[in-house]
Amino acid sequence: MNLLAGTGRLVRFHLRRDWFSLLCWIVGGVLLYYSQAASVQQLYPSQAKLDTAARAMAANPAFVAMAGPARALNTVGGQVAWQAGAFGEILAGLMSMFLIGRHTRAEEESGRGELIRSYAGGRFAGVASAAVVVLIANVALGAAIAGSLAGFGLPGAGSLALGVAAALAGLVFGGVTLVAVQLTEGIRAAYGITGVALGAAYLLRAAGDVGNRTLSWLSPIGWGQQMRAFAGERWWPVSLSGAAVVVLAVAAAALFERRDAGAGVLPTRAGPASAGRQLSSGLGLAVRLQRGSLIGWALALLFAGLAYGSIGNDIGDLLGDSELSQDIFVQGGASMADSFYATSALMLALIASGFAVASALRARAEEAARRVEPLLATALSRWRWAAAQALVSAVGAVIVVLASGVGLALGYGLVTGEWAQTGRLLTAPLPYLAAVWCLVGFTWLAYGLAPRVATVGWLGLGFCAVVMLFAQLLRFPQWVREISPFTHLPMVPADSFALGPVLVVTAVAIALIAAGVVALRRRDIA
Amino acid sequence: MRTVDGMDNVIEVDDLHKSFGRTRALDGLDLTVASGEVHGFLGPNGAGKSTTIRVLLGLLRADAGTARLFGRDPWRDTVELHRRLAYVPGDVSLWPNLSGGEVIDLFGRLRGGLDRARRDHLLERFELDPTKKGRTYSKGNRQKVALVAALAADVELLILDEPTSGLDPIMEARFQDSVTEFRQRGGSVLMSSHILAEAEQLCDRVSIIRAGRTVESGTLADLRHLTRTSVDAELAAPPTGMAALAGVHDLLVDGARVRFDVDTDHLGDALAALGRFGIRTLTSNPPTLEEMFLRHYGDEVAPAAGDGTSGHQRSGQEHTGDGPVEGRKALA
Repeated sequence: MNLLAGTGRLVRFHLRRDWFSLLCWIVGGVLLYYSQAASVQQLYPSQAKLDTAARAMAANPAFVAMAGPARALNTVGGQVAWQAGAFGEILAGLMSMFLIGRHTRAEEESGRGELIRSYAGGRFAGVASAAVVVLIANVALGAAIAGSLAGFGLPGAGSLALGVAAALAGLVFGGVTLVAVQLTEGIRAAYGITGVALGAAYLLRAAGDVGNRTLSWLSPIGWGQQMRAFAGERWWPVSLSGAAVVVLAVAAAALFERRDAGAGVLPTRAGPASAGRQLSSGLGLAVRLQRGSLIGWALALLFAGLAYGSIGNDIGDLLGDSELSQDIFVQGGASMADSFYATSALMLALIASGFAVASALRARAEEAARRVEPLLATALSRWRWAAAQALVSAVGAVIVVLASGVGLALGYGLVTGEWAQTGRLLTAPLPYLAAVWCLVGFTWLAYGLAPRVATVGWLGLGFCAVVMLFAQLLRFPQWVREISPFTHLPMVPADSFALGPVLVVTAVAIALIAAGVVALRRRDIA
Repeated sequence: MRTVDGMDNVIEVDDLHKSFGRTRALDGLDLTVASGEVHGFLGPNGAGKSTTIRVLLGLLRADAGTARLFGRDPWRDTVELHRRLAYVPGDVSLWPNLSGGEVIDLFGRLRGGLDRARRDHLLERFELDPTKKGRTYSKGNRQKVALVAALAADVELLILDEPTSGLDPIMEARFQDSVTEFRQRGGSVLMSSHILAEAEQLCDRVSIIRAGRTVESGTLADLRHLTRTSVDAELAAPPTGMAALAGVHDLLVDGARVRFDVDTDHLGDALAALGRFGIRTLTSNPPTLEEMFLRHYGDEVAPAAGDGTSGHQRSGQEHTGDGPVEGRKALA
């Protein structure tokens, strides 16, 4: 069929470009499931403890809303399906979204798509090859998940059901993305559509699992969970996902036929003919460019905070009193709940650091896209440009961290009805701002010295995360722990707040940012 | 809008050197742009035009030599100098979700204000829709956004890096009108190009660079001796005596059809000679910079000041048309 001519060659070409990122997605997915299996066994050494925890979990509607319908929670398999299932399906959905986007609309947007299309032969080769790559990726992901769980010793049927559920969810959201990229002219808007679909699917099943069951059946994530892995598997929900994939693929093909190369089915919205008052300085521009992602991160952290907060006071039951949970959570003397919320605050601050590093790297992306050169050819000085970028990162970090604190306090209050803790929980992540700013500064220093090494900012964050979460477990020497700025900050509410360390770490952060700006002032701009 | 400090030269570059790693982008470049003139900055791809411009904008720091804008150092007095100039890059990159109008206003405000009426007039002249988002503009339209922003600004100097590379011939003509108007308001222009014909339309003087050094500088009339025009004509009768004409090279006569190259100085005489045999059709191709380099300098870089030792290392770059790195490539 010559509409598809060249598809095979394109698939091989895509796989050659993607193998490493595919490997990362698959390893990440396997770890998500496998680590649940391993930690359940370590956290609950006896069946009695697992039974207690399972009762507490099943009775907490916030938990059910977050993870899914509570089934066979007193088994390791049931725990894995419950704790990793929904998130694994989301992970597969995101993987498929980025794969489809990258090989379809992103290529068209950059103009490379036209070049490939002019060589590839078949009109559908581009779309089809992206779909085939997504199929391969999801089959591999599902197989890896099923294989690793079976290898861990869980029942084969349940392991297979979880793998199939993840792969099918990935295919459905790949299909959604394939439709979305036909609709919009820009890749970000297409990702937005798929993101909304993912969010809606998650919320629908959350509402359905705690209330009206029908709602769960409207959600592709729900379909996977209805396969009841490790709780008397049933296989027919596969046909729901399969039908959805076919409908989406046919719809995408029909839309693809109807539109011009490079165009979208939906008209692009026109922008304003002249700039508003905000766009008249380096700061105004930086705010405008980062506004969208800042709002997204703040909402994500609010939601993550809600998730931690909604665990309420059940924490003792949930964690049991194994040595591992003692190691992770209990900081001498403090109550289990306080220790847990201190650790939650740290986790939230580490996630918020993702915003901080990504935001700091925007400067590098702007320079790489050659948008800085014409800006700096105006009367905007390098110093002002850089200061505006760094300021947006720093203030954005405040907003994102604060959002996580609001979520934490709100989740706790809603579940327990105790609002007296609001102030303590709301402010718990705030001391870590100093460390988040340090990561901004670290990234800025690297960028100021040489843009090509600036991505070490992510390494810095990874290092901090490993040190903060696993240093005790892995018995890191003290001096290694002290490299992480998070180490020096008080773990509120387990520790009491201390201003001194916060000020010192903040001063280090300011020095790092300043050094980065000075270094930028002295080097060539691309 | 003459400069007040009594400077006659808006740009003075003397013996400028800049290397990126092992690539020598500028190797003793000289450039002078007088106040009120449109100066063509010519050279093949990779000769160092953009690098020079980026040094003049204070984006790159020169390794050696001096660069002066309005008599001041572009690396140190960047902001003050940038209030007096506007720049259009060769490859304009816009923010995907900002509209063209927003970008024009942003650049105008960052330069310290733009002429609203002129902005609207320019939008009309270049037939540019300011409401489209950056990602939806074609290359030519992105270039128009940058041109409108630059031409609407109240500045004394325009620095344009291959400003017409994405424009169609109609827009190119409108661009030329705009540059002419800018000059009439008293402004100076430095405009890089690798097309000689484009410079001929607009420029009072040109500097020709190759492999990071200046090889010729002067008015185009001064440089006329460097150029040849190729002529292809069909005549009423077979021509005679063409070979004896001064400045005619590579003559080919095939019955009533004749082809030759002629030194541009002698073009008039050659055409007059053809006229005697009755011209039926005539095609003449203006000299290109590349041809000129090939003819005049052969493969080697002509040393600017008579030292015959340097300049062998880059032989052959003109043939491929994609010579060595123009500096920025090293950063990719």
